[in-house]
Amino acid sequence: MQKEVLVHVEHLYRFYGHTCAVSDISFELAKGEVLGFLGPNGAGKSSTMQMITGNLAPSAGSITVQGMDLLDKPKRAKHGIGYLPEQPPVYRELTVDEYLSYCACLNRIARGERDRAVRTAKERCGLGDVGRRLIGNLSKGFRQRVGIAQAIIHTPAVVILDEPTVGLDPIQIREIRALVRELGEEHGIILSTHILPEVQATCNRVQIIHQGQLVFADSITGLEQRLNATSLIAAFHAAPDLDSLQQLPGVSTVETLTDGRIRIHYLDTDPSEALIEQAVASHWRLYELAPERRTLEQIFIELTCSEPAAAAPGEAA
Amino acid sequence: MIFTIAARELRSLFLSPLAWAVLAVVQFILAYLYLSQVDAYLVWQPRLAAIEGAPGVSDIIIAPLLADAAIILLLVTPLITMRVLSEERRNCTLSLLFSAPVSMTEIIIGKYLGVLAFFLILLGLLALMPLALLAGTDIDLGKLATGLLGLALLLAAFTAIGLFMSALTEQPTIAAISTFGLLLLLWIIDWAGSSDGQTSGLFAYLSMLRHYQTLLKGLFHSTDVIYYLLIIFLFLGLSIRRLDADRLSH
Repeated sequence: MQKEVLVHVEHLYRFYGHTCAVSDISFELAKGEVLGFLGPNGAGKSSTMQMITGNLAPSAGSITVQGMDLLDKPKRAKHGIGYLPEQPPVYRELTVDEYLSYCACLNRIARGERDRAVRTAKERCGLGDVGRRLIGNLSKGFRQRVGIAQAIIHTPAVVILDEPTVGLDPIQIREIRALVRELGEEHGIILSTHILPEVQATCNRVQIIHQGQLVFADSITGLEQRLNATSLIAAFHAAPDLDSLQQLPGVSTVETLTDGRIRIHYLDTDPSEALIEQAVASHWRLYELAPERRTLEQIFIELTCSEPAAAAPGEAA
Repeated sequence: MIFTIAARELRSLFLSPLAWAVLAVVQFILAYLYLSQVDAYLVWQPRLAAIEGAPGVSDIIIAPLLADAAIILLLVTPLITMRVLSEERRNCTLSLLFSAPVSMTEIIIGKYLGVLAFFLILLGLLALMPLALLAGTDIDLGKLATGLLGLALLLAAFTAIGLFMSALTEQPTIAAISTFGLLLLLWIIDWAGSSDGQTSGLFAYLSMLRHYQTLLKGLFHSTDVIYYLLIIFLFLGLSIRRLDADRLSH
């Protein structure tokens, strides 16, 4: 399946003095993808996004947007980009309508289509009723939406959102996520966040950045597989000795937990069925059996904590 | 694109009370000075009538008025220019311009024209006062024109310097005080070395006041105009460079 590549980033570096904020990052974004950027604070997420949007000059490397080099043809490349920085770049003294039509002008939308563009952007971001209010008087959530409306007003091919749900209430977060998914159908979206479930809820690709380097890049389905259980938790009223559990096909190690339950690690084949059959046959009186799922958080911590990742359980599986 | 940015700048200026306050206060003070000049002229008029080749209305009312206006505007310009770029940087709104398909040059020129338009409005209001004399007497329109041209060039130079200072910093107040400092220095720079009677040629050339004075006398020297244009282009160029440097290092 050949997808239209919208953003192509190659060997991107960025130094602040002697500190290296972004180091050798390369990736691609295709149409219809929502790419989640994860990373602890100061990992280089925002710097990378600022470089893709032309707010920051890279120290080395190349960025192409829709086949146009951002450094050679900045104006034409920027046409295809909508950007919401961490702080929504809004003028507090303007009304929402004034602000959005200014943004429409800045993005060279023809005079006749400006009103329509403003109306569509407002509709999509749920700003229909606040058009005539001053941005300074709006709540943080609405200001964030104005920021998003600004980023999509010229229907750019790529929308880049830096922590779009920070400071919003849970309902607004759900709305924004739904909006992102909806936008993701026709645009390419890059989204940064440190809220992990958000990535699982909205993105179809994930990249984790740590200390300026890309330490993990996979599709969300690939991630799901990584998240899959590699261990079971079982509880018995008449617990068998660990050796007989160890005999089950696929089981690698068995340990007793402090509360009396037993954790069974396995490699390739899931021993649940065999365990149940055995338990019934041998009257172990099994009353609880649950696969243990790893969370994205665990993967994230494994990758970004300073201990070597290989030491983490399940990594070898 | 330049005009879009300029229009928003001008609009934002008038949305804040500062612009209105500045217009009102400057207009009030200048009106007071104007009236006192008119008053003085009325007192001297009988004596002036006796003198051959005595200074006329233009010399006694208009030239001092425009000279005073320059000083007042030197004090006021930093207040208007201080927030042009520094406040955008502070509110993180610069990224809106940076990620839009506009060049640094367009941003700077747009902002410059927006602020300059405000000062030209101020100048227009100011020009009404001398023009009101037309109702009662003849004035030297040529002299008035060079005077107003001089003030316009002066304001354009002030604005360019203020814009550059605003591009340097994130704090509007710092931009204001450094603009004021630089403007005042350029105003009085020819004082250096002039105490012993002979002025240094370089310092005299650098002084904004000198160039303004010749225009006020009704003398149109291209050197004076070129001087102002050089200042404008120099500081606009520096501002563009400075804004570009924003992307290079933080």
